[in-house]
Amino acid sequence: MAEQKIDLRNLKAGGFIKERGKDLFTVRLRVPGGRMSVDRLSKIAEVAQKYGKGYVHLSVRQSIELININFADFDAVVAELGEEQQKVASCGARVRVPTACGGCEYNPNGLVDTQKSALEVDQKLFGTATGHHKFKVCFAGCPFDCPKSAINDVGFQGAVWPKLDADGCISCGLCAKSCTEGALSMGADNKPVFDAARCIYCGDCIKVCPTGAWSAERKGYTVRIGGKWGRRPLVGTLYATFVPEERVVEFIATVLAWYQEKAEGAGRVRLGDVIIREGWQSLLERLRGYFPEYVVKETIAPQVIQSQLPLPGQHV
Amino acid sequence: MQSIDLRGVTCPTNFVMAKLELEDVEVGTTVEFFLDDGEPVKNVPRSLKDEGHKLLGLQEREGYYVLTLEKGGE
Repeated sequence: MAEQKIDLRNLKAGGFIKERGKDLFTVRLRVPGGRMSVDRLSKIAEVAQKYGKGYVHLSVRQSIELININFADFDAVVAELGEEQQKVASCGARVRVPTACGGCEYNPNGLVDTQKSALEVDQKLFGTATGHHKFKVCFAGCPFDCPKSAINDVGFQGAVWPKLDADGCISCGLCAKSCTEGALSMGADNKPVFDAARCIYCGDCIKVCPTGAWSAERKGYTVRIGGKWGRRPLVGTLYATFVPEERVVEFIATVLAWYQEKAEGAGRVRLGDVIIREGWQSLLERLRGYFPEYVVKETIAPQVIQSQLPLPGQHV
Repeated sequence: MQSIDLRGVTCPTNFVMAKLELEDVEVGTTVEFFLDDGEPVKNVPRSLKDEGHKLLGLQEREGYYVLTLEKGGE
């Protein structure tokens, strides 16, 4: 056996991606939720300058990718990034680094702490081998859904259910005016009338209410499952509402266990395709066993996006 | 009561103008703002509430809205 020039353990979780040309790799960095300290950013810039091509790439999933890294420099790159606790990400059939929006601390639309969720999932589930294919998770703080929950294997989107304290209401009408969905109108008694069927749980009424008469009765994540993009896109569908932030890891782990079990022997197949094959009822019932108060009554299969004329074997 | 006409001014310029106008107003004073329908009437009240001012009411007039608020403390 040839003498080992680099520590192969660094390669185990992936994150080193072969480029065109001899000896060159892209090094994908682990940036859960797309947030990093400026100190870490400076360190990455320093490493990229020293070992790379003179530029980096910001990946679609919020990672920084170092370009044109010679494989002989892997150990040095890992060690120097480690000075600022910067780790390398993954590729392949694993739980990927979660993405998230900016977060509720400074974004006025944020309803839940997506940054905290992304960090927790990254710590507890990142790199878990699925046995089948990649597994992507994202966290959106509000119904604008910038991280696109429906095109992740499991996508979370923050939501609040509003509750009115009629005695605290001063009949200003701001909530009805702010409600883009038409779920609120001013009634004959000059108090807002709530049409729950039209509410998308954005919380605009709570945010605009001058007196705090509107408050959050329930808060948590809407969960969509089975989405993916790529060659054969699928749009994920609704499985649960108002899942509490502290149960997110357990929720993902439950979906992951179902996926690992049901895709056994199926090869390289994404969660959405397994749901189509097994039927959504199977996954929904599994989740109901653990999360009865949050799982929806029924759902639909992931929705096929036609990216061209029907492909052979693609049933629509 | 002081009226500040923000009609014809788009977001977020209208909010910044409201903020600048309020700098010259005493805490506890009631002021009214004229706002266009659409984004301005949805965004400006919420942003002013976030700044610590007390929203008192919103009334529709011919084609625009009047927001009444009391200037909050620093």
